[in-house]
Amino acid sequence: MDKQLNTLTAHELIEEIKANRVSSEEIDACLRKTLKEINPKVNAYVRVEGSSSTEKPLNPQGIPVSIKDNICTEGYATECCSRILSGFAPAYSATVINKIKEKGHSFFNLKTNMDEFAFGSSTENSFFGVTHNPWNLDCVPGGSSGGSAAAVASNEAIWALGSDTGGSIRQPASFCGVVGLKPTYGRVSRYGLIAFASSLDQIGPITKDVTDSALLMNIIAGYDPNDSTSVNIEVPDYTKALTGSVKGLKVGIPKEYFVEGLDPQVDSAVKEAINTLKKLGAEFKEVSLAHTEFAVPVYYIIATAEASSNLARFDGVQYGFRSKDLNLIDMYKKTRGEGFGDEAKRRIVLGTFALSHGYYDAYYLRALKVRTLIKKDFDTLFKELDCILTPTSPTAAFKIGEKASDPLKMYLSDIYTISANLAGIPGISLPCGFTKEGLPIGLQILAKHFNEEKILSLAFAYEQNRDWKERKPVINLT
Amino acid sequence: MAEYEAVIGLEVHLHLKTKTKAFCGCSTEFGKEPNSQTCPVCLGLPGSLPVFNRTVLDYAIKVALALNCEVQRFTKFDRKNYFYPDLPKNYQISQYDLPLSKNGFINIDTESGVKRIGITRVHIEEDAGKLIHTDDSSLVDFNRTGIPLLEIVSEPDINSPQEAHQYLVNLKNIIQYLDVSDCDMEKGSLRCDANISLRPRGEKMLGIKAELKNMNSFKGVKDALTYEIRRQAELMESRKEIIQETRLWDEKGLKTVPMRTKEGAKDYRYFPEPDLPPFIISEEKIKEIRGTIPELPHTKYTRFIQEYGLSEYDAKILVSSKEDAFFAEECFRAYGEKDKKLLVNWLIGPLLSEANSRNLNISALKITAGSLLNLLVFLERNEISNLTAKAVLTDMLDSGKSAAAIIQEKGLVQISDSNALKEIALQVISENPKSVSDYKSGKENALMFLVGQLMRKSKGKANPKVAKELLKENLDA
Repeated sequence: MDKQLNTLTAHELIEEIKANRVSSEEIDACLRKTLKEINPKVNAYVRVEGSSSTEKPLNPQGIPVSIKDNICTEGYATECCSRILSGFAPAYSATVINKIKEKGHSFFNLKTNMDEFAFGSSTENSFFGVTHNPWNLDCVPGGSSGGSAAAVASNEAIWALGSDTGGSIRQPASFCGVVGLKPTYGRVSRYGLIAFASSLDQIGPITKDVTDSALLMNIIAGYDPNDSTSVNIEVPDYTKALTGSVKGLKVGIPKEYFVEGLDPQVDSAVKEAINTLKKLGAEFKEVSLAHTEFAVPVYYIIATAEASSNLARFDGVQYGFRSKDLNLIDMYKKTRGEGFGDEAKRRIVLGTFALSHGYYDAYYLRALKVRTLIKKDFDTLFKELDCILTPTSPTAAFKIGEKASDPLKMYLSDIYTISANLAGIPGISLPCGFTKEGLPIGLQILAKHFNEEKILSLAFAYEQNRDWKERKPVINLT
Repeated sequence: MAEYEAVIGLEVHLHLKTKTKAFCGCSTEFGKEPNSQTCPVCLGLPGSLPVFNRTVLDYAIKVALALNCEVQRFTKFDRKNYFYPDLPKNYQISQYDLPLSKNGFINIDTESGVKRIGITRVHIEEDAGKLIHTDDSSLVDFNRTGIPLLEIVSEPDINSPQEAHQYLVNLKNIIQYLDVSDCDMEKGSLRCDANISLRPRGEKMLGIKAELKNMNSFKGVKDALTYEIRRQAELMESRKEIIQETRLWDEKGLKTVPMRTKEGAKDYRYFPEPDLPPFIISEEKIKEIRGTIPELPHTKYTRFIQEYGLSEYDAKILVSSKEDAFFAEECFRAYGEKDKKLLVNWLIGPLLSEANSRNLNISALKITAGSLLNLLVFLERNEISNLTAKAVLTDMLDSGKSAAAIIQEKGLVQISDSNALKEIALQVISENPKSVSDYKSGKENALMFLVGQLMRKSKGKANPKVAKELLKENLDA
């Protein structure tokens, strides 16, 4: 029997299990063996050293899903890769975890690396150290779901969950050459996702191909009475969208996304993808998203404002890290001062400022208004279009440390992904080529609210006609 | 101090008695083992999300309507951010710029007639936990965290501690009629803070206010305000500065003491709660809830006076409890067209004092309207004395037996038939020659002694009036 089970996709493994050719235990064991070899190089999973979880499979059933460290797993550490949550093992599981179990699968009990509290685009802000890009260990995997994306790319995971607040699923998927889908806001329950920015966060699949993305969506999507922002709309069978036919599908190319700052190699890869899809019968049209330039500033006001409030609960009183001090106020200050990393502090300060008396109207309120304009731009376009196609990120993966000291430069790597979160619409990133340095390039497809099927349909058709997914990273284990 | 006018606004926090908390399914029951009624949501555990309990909305709308407020069609929750260990999320879910309702009022009686006290707003929020301080540490009980609260903010229309007291009494009365809160200050299901400032009479500008906290009863509110008026007046008299501050009522010391100085407005960084979408309250919903509001105390008060001829005093006492008013009305209806004086006197007299001594409402006593009226029938027919009737009532409440049964068992029926008493009368006369001769020589007291003897021989059943007539008749003959 083929011992390289970890290289297969979930849909391939499901067939194998159905045919009684492999068991869940074998898949689990194979993943753990690979992880042991590769993780020291890639650092996709955290708390591996000395963890009994490495050896002990967790009652595996179906295909184990790897889970980002900000999604609650009952009894298993969930620390958002932050010191301040050290030792926190939740008393309950997120709704997505329960759904995975209900549908006959299991979660992998080692969690994947991420930027602390999902604050970042490179996974460099993790308390547990950076994750390395499997395609080039000197490069970042993107972020904040860099651990999940790198784990899938390096075959340390069959499929994984990430979370996306401003591109945290799509951008690392793009950097690691895998498929990452951010669902419509309200499509997947946020219950049990440790909040970064509540009005923007969504959990979504990071997978080896589009079919697995559809399969994992079938598992995690749906209304949850525990999440008041989840929407009670019937969940379709997303695999039905995987027809391969895109004839007559109307796709817009926003001119604001092809401007200065876009790497020429990314530009040409995306243009080539457009040509491929044109040949398949999709109809393309240049369009305008006039408020695109405001997306990044609007995002950093709204997201940090919400984060400043969401992170207030990490105070050392009930759980996680507590600095020793007898005086309450000093205990708060020391705990938060020692428990949060620099980027978390930066965002808490930014958000606190944006909500402060006298600044609220000029920042937060105005940002909300511009957010509405951005959403309207999309609503208008989607009256005539099925999808919008863009690069996922202006560049391929950058070097570790390259942007770490310049937060503004770092923030701009999410310039193409942020708008979808502000508008609440779904978006996918899938591979559309490689740079001459051998780094993956990602293609982003957006659609209107609850139209994940159109995205999957276009993505699947493209994937079927190119062989990008056959290319695998080679990790030097010496 | 007559030259100063007090300007008072009250902020009342009311626990709504829903079965479960405002944003999770935990029980709201009072007095349970600390932290036994908690879940990830009310503990504010990472990743948990609030879900709004719709019964809270129904109750809140009910209160808003009863307080003559405009219920807003579009409303939302906001986060009020501040750090405190009893607040597990370090923000409170509350309402800021779009509260549930605004612009209401309630009327109170004052010495100079009915006065309208405006209500600025009624909004929904969640309660915090309870801190328990020990010698070397502090503990938190999260059972109270997330219990639904209504904040009812009055306009600064109140000008004396008496008015403040009356406002609270009327407010509590209305809320109790609605049956949405226990309004128990001791259990903390009703809490009241007061803002108070003084200004020279006739002055339009408001003075510097103090916020008073920690009052544990309506009387405490009244006492704290009385103290504070004197304190502020003395400062003004001696031309000393009054500072804006929060002061705590010290119940034992009968004084207010400074808690913290407010350096301008505290910055709570309110912003819309992203975990709870805004909601629209339909006209139908408001109409439906309006339909569930019972007759409120002031309406019942007026009706009792008009319909049953009650005095204002009697009516006021009877409507001060919804259950008692209901019981009284049952009695009135059964009593028919007769004058209600005897009945009302019994309701607010013996019955109310029995209820008070048993720490119960009249309605909770072991007596029905019918059985009370049956007792009164004996009185009306002069079959028992007033004193006996009261004793029978006590017996009825203890044993649950009917008046008739008790009277019969104990042979309490009064003998008013002079023929039936004649034999005893003659016996008393023949046995007490001394008293007889005293009476005949003009000593009226001797007659009373003979009546007493007759009462004793009849075992108290003789109608004393009839007995006296009978003796007199026979002695004078």
